[in-house]
Amino acid sequence: MEFLAFLVRRLLWSLLVLFGLSVVIFTIARVVPGDPARMALGPRASVEQVADLQSSLGLNKPLTQQYVLFIGGLARGDLGRSLLTEQSVNDDIRETFPATLELVLTTIFIAFLFGVPLGVAAARWKDKWPDNLVRAIAIVAAVMPTFFIALLLQVLAGYVLQILPTTGRLPSGTAFNANITGLLLIDGTLKGRFDVVFEAARHLLLPATALALATMGQIARITRASMIDVSRQDYIEAARAFGIPTWVRLFKYQLRPAFVPPLTILGLEFASLIGGAFVVELIFSCPGMAAYGIRAITQKDLNAIMGVVMISGVFFVLVNLIIDLLVGIVDPRIRIRGRRA
Amino acid sequence: MSEVQALSNSYQNWYRFSRNPTAVIGLVIVVLCVLAAIFAPHITPYPDHVGAVVDFRNRHQPPSAAHWFGTDNVGRDIFTRVIFGFRVSLSLAFVVLIIAVPLGTLMGLLAGYFGGWTEIIIMRLTDVALALPPLIMALAVAAVLEPSLMNAMLAIASLWWTWHTRLIYSIVRQIRAQEYIEAAETLGASKVHILLREILPNCASAIAVKTSLDAGFVILIGASLSFLGLGIQPPTPDLGTMVATGASFLPDYWWESLLPGTAILFVALGFNLLGDGLRDLFDVEDVR
Repeated sequence: MEFLAFLVRRLLWSLLVLFGLSVVIFTIARVVPGDPARMALGPRASVEQVADLQSSLGLNKPLTQQYVLFIGGLARGDLGRSLLTEQSVNDDIRETFPATLELVLTTIFIAFLFGVPLGVAAARWKDKWPDNLVRAIAIVAAVMPTFFIALLLQVLAGYVLQILPTTGRLPSGTAFNANITGLLLIDGTLKGRFDVVFEAARHLLLPATALALATMGQIARITRASMIDVSRQDYIEAARAFGIPTWVRLFKYQLRPAFVPPLTILGLEFASLIGGAFVVELIFSCPGMAAYGIRAITQKDLNAIMGVVMISGVFFVLVNLIIDLLVGIVDPRIRIRGRRA
Repeated sequence: MSEVQALSNSYQNWYRFSRNPTAVIGLVIVVLCVLAAIFAPHITPYPDHVGAVVDFRNRHQPPSAAHWFGTDNVGRDIFTRVIFGFRVSLSLAFVVLIIAVPLGTLMGLLAGYFGGWTEIIIMRLTDVALALPPLIMALAVAAVLEPSLMNAMLAIASLWWTWHTRLIYSIVRQIRAQEYIEAAETLGASKVHILLREILPNCASAIAVKTSLDAGFVILIGASLSFLGLGIQPPTPDLGTMVATGASFLPDYWWESLLPGTAILFVALGFNLLGDGLRDLFDVEDVR
């Protein structure tokens, strides 16, 4: 019952954030710039053309009414038409989003795969060389601009060693079009095309690693701190006294409660992860939402810009919702208290 | 606190600070970068290469004694341009933080001290801001307004204050229940006095740590923006733009993108180490 109440409260909170998001985005797109129609058509368009576009976009109505139209569209899941591709923004995003999603999920996987053990090692050998090494890695990873890491990896693995592909999602000319989830790793597995899965993974490795480094460093640091925190608790002392082997104690008893802070951090860091995905996709010519978004931005395609920012925000809210649920599963005490520690 | 005590405290702090190698290295890097940026015209070998100089005979020269960082695709000295590039990076960080830190602190103080609707409205606002990726927000705003780096940075500042608000809010929530606040309230101190003279000083160390760490991150975001083509208009040197331009000559002329990239790393590292060192010094574990 408690958990249900927690869920409901959490959902309402998410709706509130989404509402706030829509207001912010609407403000940027409709209130700030003056005349979006003029902006979209450029200075050479005639007055009639501008007036036409204004009425077809509903720009000649009062602002409150425009907002109602905008949020009504959002509620129906309709983001309007893109002026650039001349199809609906929904379709554009549906085409480009899976690539971004796959990149971000792989990134999170890599960040946890390496970040958590590094953090555990640093806590296990606190103030010894592994701790210092992890600290150094975390700091360097945090201050490397994502685009710089991406370029370095591209040069190193792509040009110098020539072991990994540096552009796209698949080798050009690969015939594969499953359109189930749009995630090549999953679609390939479902269709039994393991060559596609292999190639997709090869293509993902560099961009995802470039994007993962900073997050991995953060996760390692937070895991270290929370492992040390938990190690001071009585039940860990008891486990030590019972002579439970160190690694069992660390990974079975200590890591579970210590896993909550890194999860929570992931939620907060998620927005900058999406931002970083934009840069990485561009460098590795990955046909994701970034390429679409940046084109929309340079062409002042307002509906597309609003769509991309809104989807990024929705994605963030969703991920945080999932993380809150995961946190409840990892640490039942939080589920009962009904809030994050 | 007496004058002598205050003095010995600051001396003690300095002593502890100077014993902390990361903090000292961080401070040295930051001071170096700031000085280099200020005195750029006097210390760089080719100050006129900041402008639209073209010297095709010297293009794509690898690093040498004459050109420490090599030359770019039109023959300009990259070392000179990197030093001048610090000016852009540092002033961006300054602009964002001079807006975000005071605003965020004020909002955090208000939300934490007054509670009720003030708290609900301010903290829900920060929730919304957290959901917007700063880089994408900056791109969008820059697209809608004039595509200038300054507009983009203002967009970042409009999101960034919320991080400070959350930090200050959590500190104030801990402090406000303490007896000395109650004492001040009972004595009839004004709300302004309590907020600014009783609570704010207790937030100072956390603000210092966070601001130093932030400076590094804002510089990184600024560099990403210029990398994506939203930089200062050429020919003014801008580190992110230099990396982007140089990237098309990878891997043969590696110095043209990798050395400016390392410069960004260097200045961001300075602020990060300094912030880390200050955190150890002030013992504020949970500030990130």
